[in-house]
Amino acid sequence: MSRPRGTTVPTHETVAAVSTRPDLRRGDEGEGAGSKPLVFGVEDVSVYYGGFRAVRNVDLAIGQQEITAFIGPSGCGKTTMLRCFNRMNDLIPSARIEGTISYHGVNLYEDGVNPVEVRRRIGMVFQKPNPFPKSIYDNIAYGPRIARLDGDMDELVEQALRRAALWDEVKDRLKDLAMGLSGGQQQRLCIARALAVDPEVILMDEPCSALDPIATGRIEDLMEEIKSSYTIIIVTHNMQQAARVSDRCAFFTAEVNETSDTRTGILVEFDRTEKMFSNPADERTENYVTGRFG
Amino acid sequence: MSISAPLSSGISAEAVRRRLHGQRFDLPGIVVHVALLLSLLFSLVVLGVLVYDLVSGGWDVFASRFASFLSGTMRFAASESGIAQALRGTLWIGVFVVALAFPFGIGAAVYLEEYAPDNRLTRVIDINIRNLAGVPSIVYGILGFAVFVKTLSGLTGGRSVIAGGITLAILVLPVVIITAAEAIRAVPDDLRQGGYGLGATRWEVTRTQVLPYAAPGILTGTVLSLARALGEAAPLILVGAVVGRLGSNPGLFDIGSLDQRFTALPIVITYWAGLPQPDFRALTAAAIVVVLAIVLAANAAAILMRNRYESKRG
Ligand SMILES: Nc1ncnc2c1ncn2[C@@H]1O[C@H](COP(=O)(O)OP(=O)(O)OP(=O)(O)O)[C@@H](O)[C@H]1O
Ligand SMILES: [Mg+2]
Repeated sequence: MSRPRGTTVPTHETVAAVSTRPDLRRGDEGEGAGSKPLVFGVEDVSVYYGGFRAVRNVDLAIGQQEITAFIGPSGCGKTTMLRCFNRMNDLIPSARIEGTISYHGVNLYEDGVNPVEVRRRIGMVFQKPNPFPKSIYDNIAYGPRIARLDGDMDELVEQALRRAALWDEVKDRLKDLAMGLSGGQQQRLCIARALAVDPEVILMDEPCSALDPIATGRIEDLMEEIKSSYTIIIVTHNMQQAARVSDRCAFFTAEVNETSDTRTGILVEFDRTEKMFSNPADERTENYVTGRFG
Repeated sequence: MSISAPLSSGISAEAVRRRLHGQRFDLPGIVVHVALLLSLLFSLVVLGVLVYDLVSGGWDVFASRFASFLSGTMRFAASESGIAQALRGTLWIGVFVVALAFPFGIGAAVYLEEYAPDNRLTRVIDINIRNLAGVPSIVYGILGFAVFVKTLSGLTGGRSVIAGGITLAILVLPVVIITAAEAIRAVPDDLRQGGYGLGATRWEVTRTQVLPYAAPGILTGTVLSLARALGEAAPLILVGAVVGRLGSNPGLFDIGSLDQRFTALPIVITYWAGLPQPDFRALTAAAIVVVLAIVLAANAAAILMRNRYESKRG
């Protein structure tokens, strides 16, 4: 996807005009989400932090019950892009988004959308494990309690911990503080915490960067297993991981702007993972996935 | 060459040991260490002398007539004088500070840190609250006199403990706001992000993440400001605390007479300390010990509560 673009900020179609279109794919990424129904349509999205443009002109189509991987060098805007999907960037006062991201055809950024409702359906696991200073049990129960889910809480906690491959390690100390867990256990706890509210989409920002290969393998199995009921977007620096688990893969890179000497993230290529790793259309993708980047 | 055990490096273990054991003489380090220790000792010695002086000075009063000292009223004769009226005034000032300065102060801090947009207006307000904290207490006394004794005399009854209590609550309000805001600012942003990421609202994040984490810091700040309010004399004199003898002696919890003339421990201490009769010197020391005991008790309660919160924080 190396559509030529002007250097100026493009003007956008009005937000409302696109938001109701069922199919948001356009341009040359026609191979979009294939046969799967579309969950997210990303159209011409640019994100700014104050006057600094962190990513520009991104188009993506995220299919239901698919795993989409975001790969690319550090600082190219993967986290920034990921946080747009559940409006976490709203919490950064300087952050601003242009373009549209639609969720089942509804523009997430249109007037009247409540970010709290968005985040209940689109969960997130952060780059750095961030357990709450509460017990393991209360960490998992936090989301369900906030959402006032009814049902057997003990059961729910066990389920979530089992799915995140953590149950056996913590079942005898559910009342202990979560901060006492190892880094990898903390990250799995955060995954369990996100699963406990039963979201439709899970956004994972490098969930395995603090995990050993065995725990990583478990998380990958977990993703494979829950894929039938969740849509997952995962940011990863691990090429093998992207190749192993994802159905589709988006490669971002940072482009140096000659006039202002800032780096802006762009989406280089977005395609089926198989194709991205075996026969990418763009030379930059090929260099990156084969380790010849730079 | 085949891979086997590494060859001896040629440096003798003895030489390595000599280097590793080498003690470099670190003069600046030692000087700083001693200076820091001396500063601590200096503070401790000053405090110790002060407490010893007070306790030994007031000891006779406690030993001979502890109960009548606490329950007695202000008299001409030192042997009959007590601090009942002053205790009552100080107690109610504490109640006003806890009931007004704590909730409004913590509320303002939460608003500034969690709700207010980060813009110029917020920063200007923030700076002004810091400036208010530095305003001399006498200025608050003048404000209290003008507003609560004169303008709002219908509500406060004029020169009453109500006027005094509200004045001191306002006096410590900026300090409560600043310390609470400081504690809230120290809450790791990860916690907020985690809460929001699970679909919590702003109030839910504030209630379940921010306030529990900030509680120990908020507690420390509020109790210190309470101690400050209980020790203030100057603003109370301006709002009309009775310096000298006070006719009435209502009960400790007699709410109906809150709009009457009053006095408080720091006022009584100031008054007794200025009297020429040597007998009152012992009473002064005893009254100061009582103030210290109250402040210590408040601090101890705060420390206990803080430990409970901190052990949860992990
Ligand atoms: N809160 C922020 N305020 C200002 N600039 C930011 C903020 N967060 C990120 N940026 C900038 O946006 C750009 C993209 O950052 P981002 O965190 O999205 O990169 P990333 O691709 O996730 O990198 P990594 O792989 O290292 O996590 C960077 O130049 C970064 O400095
Ligand atoms: Mg990142």
